Amino acid sequence: MSKTTTLWIVWFLFTLAGAGVLVGSMFYGGPTRANLLIGGTTSGHHQIELACGACHTSAFGGTEEIEKTCHGCHDAELEKAKDSHPMKKFRDPRNADRLEKLAANKCITCHTEHKPDITNPMGVTLPTDYCELCHDDVGKNRPSHKGLAFNTCASAGCHNYHDNKALYEDFLVKHAGEPNVAEKPIIKDYTEKIEIEAAGDALTLASQADAPADKVTDKSMKEWLGSSHANAGVNCSGCHAVDQKTPETIAANWVDKPTHKACASCHGLETTTWLSGKHGMRLAPKMLVETEAIFGLFQNKTLGPMRPELARLPMHSKVAHAELGCSNCHSPHAYKTEPAHVEACTSCHNDEHTKNYEASAHGRLWQDEVAGVGAKGSGVSCATCHLPRRWMEDASGYEEFLVSDHNQNFNLRPNEKMIRSVCMNCHGLGFSIDSLADKDLIRRNFGGLPSGHIESIDWAMKRVQEKGKK
Amino acid sequence: MMKLSRTLVATAIAAGSIISAGAVASVNAAGVAYKDVADMLIAVMVADRSTYTKKVVQRLAAKEKVIKASEHFEDDKALPLPAQMFRFGAEAVADKTDKFTYSLLSLWPINKQNAPRTEIEKAGLKFVAENKGENYYGEETLGGKKYYTAVYADVAVAKVCASCHNGHKDTPKKDFKVGDVMGGVVIRIPMTE
Ligand code: HEC
Repeated sequence: MSKTTTLWIVWFLFTLAGAGVLVGSMFYGGPTRANLLIGGTTSGHHQIELACGACHTSAFGGTEEIEKTCHGCHDAELEKAKDSHPMKKFRDPRNADRLEKLAANKCITCHTEHKPDITNPMGVTLPTDYCELCHDDVGKNRPSHKGLAFNTCASAGCHNYHDNKALYEDFLVKHAGEPNVAEKPIIKDYTEKIEIEAAGDALTLASQADAPADKVTDKSMKEWLGSSHANAGVNCSGCHAVDQKTPETIAANWVDKPTHKACASCHGLETTTWLSGKHGMRLAPKMLVETEAIFGLFQNKTLGPMRPELARLPMHSKVAHAELGCSNCHSPHAYKTEPAHVEACTSCHNDEHTKNYEASAHGRLWQDEVAGVGAKGSGVSCATCHLPRRWMEDASGYEEFLVSDHNQNFNLRPNEKMIRSVCMNCHGLGFSIDSLADKDLIRRNFGGLPSGHIESIDWAMKRVQEKGKK
Repeated sequence: MMKLSRTLVATAIAAGSIISAGAVASVNAAGVAYKDVADMLIAVMVADRSTYTKKVVQRLAAKEKVIKASEHFEDDKALPLPAQMFRFGAEAVADKTDKFTYSLLSLWPINKQNAPRTEIEKAGLKFVAENKGENYYGEETLGGKKYYTAVYADVAVAKVCASCHNGHKDTPKKDFKVGDVMGGVVIRIPMTE
């Protein structure tokens, strides 16, 4: 064989191997996959960006297959948000000409992933004046809107594309003139007790514990006996060997560190919402960095839990490698919810908003409530706003339960989502809108008063008064 | 022999009706004229719509005054408006089938999104408002697809129809009376080539 031929063969084999690695990591995953990202993802998806298959379910399915995955994760939320532009609005052929201008029946028209250079707030990748495409004549019926720039519709605390529950005209009118702070500022859902179906009678003696002897420590026993779990009759096996009844099967199925799956057996809605939020989404089903293929060369591997080091927000470096599960915030055995309200958050989060919480008015109210000085529901913890309680339907859709929604995104962006679920428990609508529109005030964790004023309520009132005159 | 001739007659009648309906170029694959399909659909829609208005809204909101009807029926714990009831139905139908769509529009809309947009909508709403008791039929191409489009008058069947619209802050017309044409229902059936 001549030297040239050998070189050609070597070249060919290397190329083939290189191509194999590329194709393999694209389709099945592995350590080289991160290099293949075609552009950073939005802050909504960055945690799961290496589980390509979560969105790209089919290699040749095209954008329609991707769209299905958007709906799979986000539809329930949009429905709850009373989406102002639901897909079904665009199905009527009378809107065909509008769809030609802007395919508003597709999520990815406005939210294209992997395009960090053109991604605006809320993950919108369109120029921010897109409202004009359909609403260019708004000034005709709303003289107050004449001459306003179309890139200000959604930027000023006036409108959102999807969620306008607290911003629609009649709501503004109904809540005009409310005081900054209500006479009795109490968060109603925090005055009620979250009911979980109790497993049985309270367990009060260490001898009642059903853990194998070698798993029992004095400390764990002491903590458990005082906990709400023991009070509700939840024995060791309830979490460490779910559904096991006999000492033998309990020992055989014992899990030292139960995961969220064990918690889900009683706290189903908390767990499903947690898996949809920033803390738990990496553990949601089908989040695979590697998929089984080629005779075991590739294995099914999950993303694994979220770690502060992966976050885009500032975090404390000493907890960088902590792996997030239920027990990071709800300390095992003690299972009191108070530490999960503030201390759990501040042990990782290290941004200005968090650092300014303790000294803020909200922070002081919470300290008072915990100390027993303030009334129940008068304190405002991190969880009050970010993991708020709400009534949720169970899977059957027939019954509603009060739960702490562990998907913080549900209530977070755009931040007007918080107005009704949280702020208006204690504050007037106008004050809430002004506060949430003030970025510096948010940074100070609402220490002080809003510096600007959003005129939406004034305009709505003016319009109603003018209409009334005619 | 008898049997054969009967078949022949039936075929001839069918062919004849296809040809005559064909004058409006309008028979779908099953052999039912588009116009008939639209007329059947509107009968159901009008029946449901006026039943809800008279037996629910007029009775409970206007007469007995036990509950209000409101655009924000969830926030206000009230009845959905007849127009919303109609739209929810239309949206649920669109979830189930793409064989037809329908919507409630008006030349004097409270909700400006309910103003006519296509040429047929404009002509049809004008026609049914000016020619009481008559319907408007036509064909149009939207988004590259051909539709058979029928427009039917939407009439104030109860006093609440008129009173609620006349008193609404966003209405461009404040003198509706019972029996007036307030708008129209537009039914669209995609035409098979
Ligand atoms: C309680 C108030 C109320 C009642 C009763 C009522 N409407 Fe309406 N109607 C509205 C409102 C508000 C809208 C706009 C709803 C929307 O599309 O958001 C509307 C929409 C309409 C539309 C579509 C065009 C438009 O104005 O936006 C028609 C047509 C219409 N109504 C006719 C009727 C008829 C006919 C009746 C009686 C059968 C009736 N309405 C009863 C309040 C009412």
